[in-house]
Amino acid sequence: MSEAHGGYYVPHGTTWPIVGSIGLTTLVVGFANYLNGSSSGMPVMAVGLGIVLLMMFGWFGVVIRESESGLYNDQVDKSFRWGMSWFIFSEVMFFAAFFGALYYARILSVPWLGGADVSTNEFLWNGWEAAWPTNGPGEIGGEFETMGAWGIPAINTLLLLSSGVTVTFAHWALKKGNRGPLVLWLLATVILGFTFLGLQMYEYGHAYHELNLTLGSGIYGSTFFMLTGFHGMHVTIGAIMLTIIMLRCIKGHFTADRHFAFEAVAWYWHFVDVVWLGLFIFVYML
Amino acid sequence: MSTATTHDAHHEEHPGGLLRWVFTTNHKDIGTLYLLFSLLMFMVGGAMAMIIRAELFQPGLQFVEPQFFNSMTTMHALIMIFGAVMPGFVGLANWLVPMMIGAPDMALPRMNNWSFWILPFAFAMLLSTLFMEGGAPASGWTMYPPLVLQTGDAFPFLIFSVHLMGISSIMGAINIVVTIVNMRAPGMNLMKMPLFVWTWLITAYLLIAVMPVLAGSVTMLLTDRFFETSFFNAAGGGDPVMFQHIFWFFGHPEVYIMILPAFGIVSQIIPTFARKPLFGYSSMVYATASIAFLSFIVWAHHMFTVGMPLTGELFFMYATMLIAVPTGVKVFNWVSTMWKGSMTFETPMLFAIGFVVLFTIGGFSGLMLAITPVDFQYHDTYFVVAHFHYVLVTGAVFSIMAAAYYWMPKWTGNMYDERLGKLHFWLSTIFVNVLFFPQHFLGLAGMPRRIPDYAVQFTEFNQISSIGGFAFGLTQLLFVYIVYKTIKGGEKATDQVWEGAHGLEWTLSSPPPYHSFTTAPEVK
Repeated sequence: MSEAHGGYYVPHGTTWPIVGSIGLTTLVVGFANYLNGSSSGMPVMAVGLGIVLLMMFGWFGVVIRESESGLYNDQVDKSFRWGMSWFIFSEVMFFAAFFGALYYARILSVPWLGGADVSTNEFLWNGWEAAWPTNGPGEIGGEFETMGAWGIPAINTLLLLSSGVTVTFAHWALKKGNRGPLVLWLLATVILGFTFLGLQMYEYGHAYHELNLTLGSGIYGSTFFMLTGFHGMHVTIGAIMLTIIMLRCIKGHFTADRHFAFEAVAWYWHFVDVVWLGLFIFVYML
Repeated sequence: MSTATTHDAHHEEHPGGLLRWVFTTNHKDIGTLYLLFSLLMFMVGGAMAMIIRAELFQPGLQFVEPQFFNSMTTMHALIMIFGAVMPGFVGLANWLVPMMIGAPDMALPRMNNWSFWILPFAFAMLLSTLFMEGGAPASGWTMYPPLVLQTGDAFPFLIFSVHLMGISSIMGAINIVVTIVNMRAPGMNLMKMPLFVWTWLITAYLLIAVMPVLAGSVTMLLTDRFFETSFFNAAGGGDPVMFQHIFWFFGHPEVYIMILPAFGIVSQIIPTFARKPLFGYSSMVYATASIAFLSFIVWAHHMFTVGMPLTGELFFMYATMLIAVPTGVKVFNWVSTMWKGSMTFETPMLFAIGFVVLFTIGGFSGLMLAITPVDFQYHDTYFVVAHFHYVLVTGAVFSIMAAAYYWMPKWTGNMYDERLGKLHFWLSTIFVNVLFFPQHFLGLAGMPRRIPDYAVQFTEFNQISSIGGFAFGLTQLLFVYIVYKTIKGGEKATDQVWEGAHGLEWTLSSPPPYHSFTTAPEVK
């Protein structure tokens, strides 16, 4: 911390945020128009997505170049650490909303519909009995079967848990300065991540085509697909980030004691891992 | 562009023209942008309030369609909350936090730029819904299903604009937390921080915790409408009331997001003009933290009448009343700070005292609303409207105005016109009471909120309220003029500005240098 207060790091001017705002706005305006049934929606969305990706590429590029040229002191490093931690906390709270919906439905609202709250049951859904899984008294989406926990989901749990181990081995290798094992362990992590995603996609196909379990399968389908879907999205993002970190490792970025980007992605990966454990227990097993 | 340097190498260098504001990474530039944006949105949201009050001047339908009236109440709330009050406080945090803790700038200056520059896009999108088929959202800012699902083409735009505002708030909050924990000058330990910094640290934590929950809840609305999910559909096993629980889990901390920084501001101003240190500094910090904690376990007091197990109603009633304790500590401390002080009453102090008195009225009506059986009577009446406007207008907005008068000389280097400032205070204070006080009576007499028409016996109080509303609205044009005049010129301010002002920001020149502290100041 000796130099931290002597030379503060203060960047001058930045073009990427406004590009990001334009991109995000284009993306959501396109999406909104698509949802409203406009045929121009999709192309506008694609343009917006392109701009957002360009922004991320450019912005991260600037930060990587600055970092590699040694502009960041300990204080900046610490700011990044705090920033990433709080960002992950905000992600936790995003998932908390959906877990909350799951608990509320299972513990409160479904039993109420089934007669724990007498009047609702009597006047609205007389004779309907609460159960879980359910698509509600209206049997929205038709009859469906649920995904067993001990098939693909259990394998996926093993895959993600081992990927948490391999990324830690990669970190140890990086700290010892062993580039070879570092890249290999990262590669293993990336492969495990993408395998998880492949299996998850296969499982979705199975659910849609053979089990008639869809996003439209009442509250069960809603919570199942929104929770696992947002998790899958985060795994995708995490796996892409790991891939980029791996490429950077191959290019010779990071040193044994300065590699915050690596750690940030590893934290993110562990976060995705923990969310999956919650999913496996509360969505698949119980 | 994008070249990073330590500050020493590039002294006072910034691009000129309009693009300076688009590309800036400077906390003062971004603070100014936030504050001006907040003022603009305050005027837009205020114009909508004028339409509401015009329609309510008489029973029957006069000027607008009922649907449009409902759009006005909805948009007025969304704009005032997310466009005026929150950006106002973030703008103040941007300007003041680095100066108060002895830092050169915010910790993450580029992200700071982005947090602001999402907002104009989000609000352009939200305002554009006024011109869409089916009109602007008219379901109330709380967006309860199933009503909100009947919104026309505006629906996805509403959802996405809320998403964008959320992204902006979360990034802004992360930046403030990181700045406070990591950029303090040596010796500025936590319990030496000015209370404005403390309250913002806690507010930022609330923001990071609840904005994602709002994002989640509106995402569920989106999928319920467009992707066949059944979160809020009982036929599918969901529950519309579930939305209200998730929404208010966000919504109640949100209320404190809009008032904790106000507590901070008032705690800065009163000691200055009472010429005494703040009474009970550490109890202020603990009270703020307690309020923040309690804000997570009281959400269902917004929905007593919707149906809940009795134990739930009782729990949320008692937990809510508990908040009166730390809030009472704060009011007591402000009054004790003034006790036997050698007080003067410049405009910021007037607004701060106005805050203490009028916010307390809002706090008391809040206590009345917390009593479950009584709330069954008050729920969704004008009593609720009166309550939260006392808390948000004479609370949050008054504090932002107090802050503007208090720090404007520091920001611009010019004193504002004291005579006009006092006039602005007295007109605001008189008319805000004419505007909102009668609404208590209307509510107790049973007038429901969010309705363009009413029974004739409510006419007089509504007319008084509307007259107060128009006058209060006009008075704010005076504020705009005072701000403009101060930026343009005026008597030069000294560095300390106020005789009794203490703190790092007053050690800097007025206006302060582009990068506040290039070398860390010594904090005793």
